[in-house]
Formats: sequence, C-alpha cells, structure tokens
Amino acid sequence: MNNHDDMPVLTVQALGHAFAGAGRDSWAVRDASFELFAGEVVAIVGESGSGKTTLLNCIAGRLQPTAGCVHYRTSRSTEVDVHAISERERRVLARTEWGFVEQQASDGLRMNVSAGANVSERLMGLGERRYQTLRTAALSWMERVELEGARIDDSPRAFSGGMRQRLQIARNLATRPRLVLMDEPTSSLDVSVQARLLDLIRVLVARLHLSALIVTHDLGVARLLAHRTLVMRHGRIVEQGLTDRVFDDPQHAYTQLLVSSVVAA
Amino acid sequence: MMRPALDQEDAPVLAVRDVYKTFRLHLRDGLELPVLCGVSLEVRAGQCVALVGPSGRGKSTLMKCLYGSYRVDRGELWLAQPPGHARVDLAQASPRQLIELRRSEIAYVSQFLRALPRVPAIDVVAERRLQAVDDQHGAHDPRDEPIGGDDFDPLDETRHRQALEAAREQAGSLLARLNLPRGLWGLPPATFSGGEQQRINIARGFIEPARLLLLDEPTASLDALNRRAVISLIDEAKRRGSAIVGIFHDEEVRDAVADRCVDLSDL
Repeated sequence: MNNHDDMPVLTVQALGHAFAGAGRDSWAVRDASFELFAGEVVAIVGESGSGKTTLLNCIAGRLQPTAGCVHYRTSRSTEVDVHAISERERRVLARTEWGFVEQQASDGLRMNVSAGANVSERLMGLGERRYQTLRTAALSWMERVELEGARIDDSPRAFSGGMRQRLQIARNLATRPRLVLMDEPTSSLDVSVQARLLDLIRVLVARLHLSALIVTHDLGVARLLAHRTLVMRHGRIVEQGLTDRVFDDPQHAYTQLLVSSVVAA
Repeated sequence: MMRPALDQEDAPVLAVRDVYKTFRLHLRDGLELPVLCGVSLEVRAGQCVALVGPSGRGKSTLMKCLYGSYRVDRGELWLAQPPGHARVDLAQASPRQLIELRRSEIAYVSQFLRALPRVPAIDVVAERRLQAVDDQHGAHDPRDEPIGGDDFDPLDETRHRQALEAAREQAGSLLARLNLPRGLWGLPPATFSGGEQQRINIARGFIEPARLLLLDEPTASLDALNRRAVISLIDEAKRRGSAIVGIFHDEEVRDAVADRCVDLSDL
C-alpha cells in the first residue's frame, strides 16, 4: 500500500439536501458525513425514501446540496470540492476518474449505438482515436463482463436486462475509473441474473482496486460486496461500520428492525 | 491446569482484558442481555486455548468480538503485531484496520459457510491466499498504467493467472488432506452437505498462516477421519506459532489440541 491510501478518496461532510418546495423540515438528506478510502467498497442501505439515492446524486454532483460539501482527491492527489468546480470540470471528472452505474441500464447506456460503441465511447472521450485499439478494448471488456464478442455490433436494445447491466458495467470500467458510484445496480434484475452480476462486480472491483459506493435496499448485496455499510433512515445516517458488525450486532433500533425483517432464503 | 507456553517470547499474542458485552434489543423494549462480564485471558504463540462451559455463556460471542463482528462495550483485546509494530487493540480498531487484519493476521473458521454465488469451492479457499499475496505485493493504483495504447491489457491477466494457479495448488492440497472429493472442487459449495462446507471453511482458514486463529466448532459435522485431519492441521498451525482460540464440543479433538481450557462461567 502506498501512503496515498491513508487519505480518503472521498470525504462527505455534513451533507444535507432539501428539495425545493418541500417544507423547511423535510430534508431528504440531513447531516451525512463519511469517508471512502482507496479500494474500499461502502454500501448505503435503507428503505425507499430514506434519502440514499439523493445522497448518491449529491456526491456525484448531479444535485446541488443545500448544506455541507463533498471533497474528492484526484489521481494527481489534489483535493477538489465537487460542488465548487465548474460544470465542465465536473464533467471531465465524471468521464475520466468516476463511473456511475444506473439502476436502469437504459439510463446509463446509449441505446442508439452498438454495444461496442457504448464501451469505446468513454475511451474516445479520453482521446483514443485508433479504431483497432477501441475495438480490441471493447471486445476484451465485453468478454470480461461475459458478453459474447460476436454481439459487439448489436444494439443494446437486443440485449436482456442482465446483459444490458453488464454492458453498462463494462462501459463504466473501460476507462479504469478510481471511484464508481452505483445506484441499485441489481434491483431491476431477476434473482437468478442478480447473482452473476454481483459476482462480476465483486471480482472487478477487487481486481481494479476501485473505490465504490453502492446504494441498495438489499442487505444481501451489501453483505456480499461491501466492506463497510451505512444505514440511512429519514435522511440521516443512523449507523455505520464494518458490514458484518452492522448486520450481526446492530446498535440502532432501526438497524435491528431492518436486519430482523429480512426473510431468509 | 496451565501448561507452559511453547515459546520463550514473553508477550502474549492475544491479551483479552476485562471485556464486557451486553446485547440491547430495541425491538423488545430495550431488553438487555449481558453476555460477557469482565472476561480476561491470554494466549501465547503456539498455544491453543479452548473455551468451555455451558452454552449461552458467551463462547461464540467472545469469538465474534475477537473477529470484530461484534462490538465490545468495555475492555481491551490486544493483538500482537509483527516485530517493530505496536500491538493493536481490536476493540478500538477501525473498520479498515479490521479488514486489513482479517486478510492475513486473523482467521476465523465458523460452523457455517457463507457461500458466494458462482465461486467454486477451490476458489473460496484460494481467494484468501490471493488476498494475502496482493497485500504483500502492495495494491497498485490502476492509474499508474496507461489507458488504451497498443499493449492494452488493463487487468494483467498473466500475472493474475499465475498467482491464482499457485493459490489453487495450495487450496487443492488442503482439500485433499480433508478428503473432499476432487469432483466437488470446481463446484460452488452452496448445495454441498454441512460436512463438505465445513471442510471448505477449514481449508480457507488454514491456507494463510494467521497470527490469531479462531475456531468455532471446526469439527462439528465431521467424521473420525476428517477430525484427525483437522487435528493435524491445528498442530501444524501451533508449530508455526499461531495463537488459537477455539470452541470444541468434541472432547477427543479438545484433548488433542488444547493446551488450556477457559470456562467463561468461572470468570
């Protein structure tokens, strides 16, 4: 480990978000603080409406927080305040150092271009122009996420939900981001397809030494993927810690309820 | 009751000092269940301490506190570190520190295997060895390598394959010692019998020599032949200097491996 690993990649400080028009006390996210380190996978769990997706969107710079701030340490080890930089700078970050995996693959893919183009588009965004290089990269990423190379020229519309989600992962990881944000990456899929995707995410995140933040309502997903877990309720982080400790020895009343509500398979 | 320690080092590998743990059940009106009340014990390198006593006295709870799955309310859990490094209080360790320690310093063999989808038995075992190898080489920042370019190979398959093959070879020899049929090695263990899953757990726990080895009923569902295989693995771990805390309801196994018994209801 190098010494950079002692500094967080992402620092979220006292973050709050209240949607315009909502009442004064109806904060979607309130006073959220945590850090994410290199190679760490952190899950944000909680029921619908707990504010977890709003928190993720604030971190991604897609929503302007009402309070608090988000700091990101770049590959050059400079700190940027995600909400203080320009929209253009934020887009460059999102394209180069970050990935964002949407719950609905169709929101994260370009549905009008081929599977191969979806993967190579982000590489082109980084300046790669050689056709053969782009095609080779697209092929190797399709194989990595277990998509048949022969389907490189097919439209993602012809893909199943699970295949589209794997393509979205390939598209995001092809540029080797340092930080990947995922919003319910498996919840739109059948259970039988979820396992494959989860295993792929698990293996790729570890191999690439990625930092990842995964929003999920599925405690099994957090248990499988995350080193640490944050539990959200009514916009607040009510408990956070080592994933197995949060689930096996929950301290907060809400976490105890959440854990005891899971139906064992 | 106490046999002399096998090595001459004066500091114990594990020193548990006055540990308290109470469960508070908020869903039952805050009902409090005190489980550990002032537990202290020491384990030296090469020693195996067996936790004994009736069930419900916190044997498994203490193991989970040592592994970090349970929070301790009060007290200290000191784990020695390699020469030149200060010992760590597991009760105060951060999640990141605990994850780091679990990769190579602390191993936990439970009665149950949490199977991962799709991962074959041999890789469940090999994975733990791979993680430790990764740590030794130092995790590299993927940004150090060029993006794109003619030698586009972002994940360096060759190096990974070599490490994986080496780890699989070790995993295979452990599974063979534990008499797990070769036909099962390539299958995900979710559908295996309890005894088969347990042997995979054992192999995973023993593939990487750990400073602290936690064994929660490692032989609960094993036959005599495999119990003996586990006893010999525990003996080897002791000779390598692991400090072991175990729960063994099987008296034959306990008598064979334990240097000392600690009854939590006496403390």
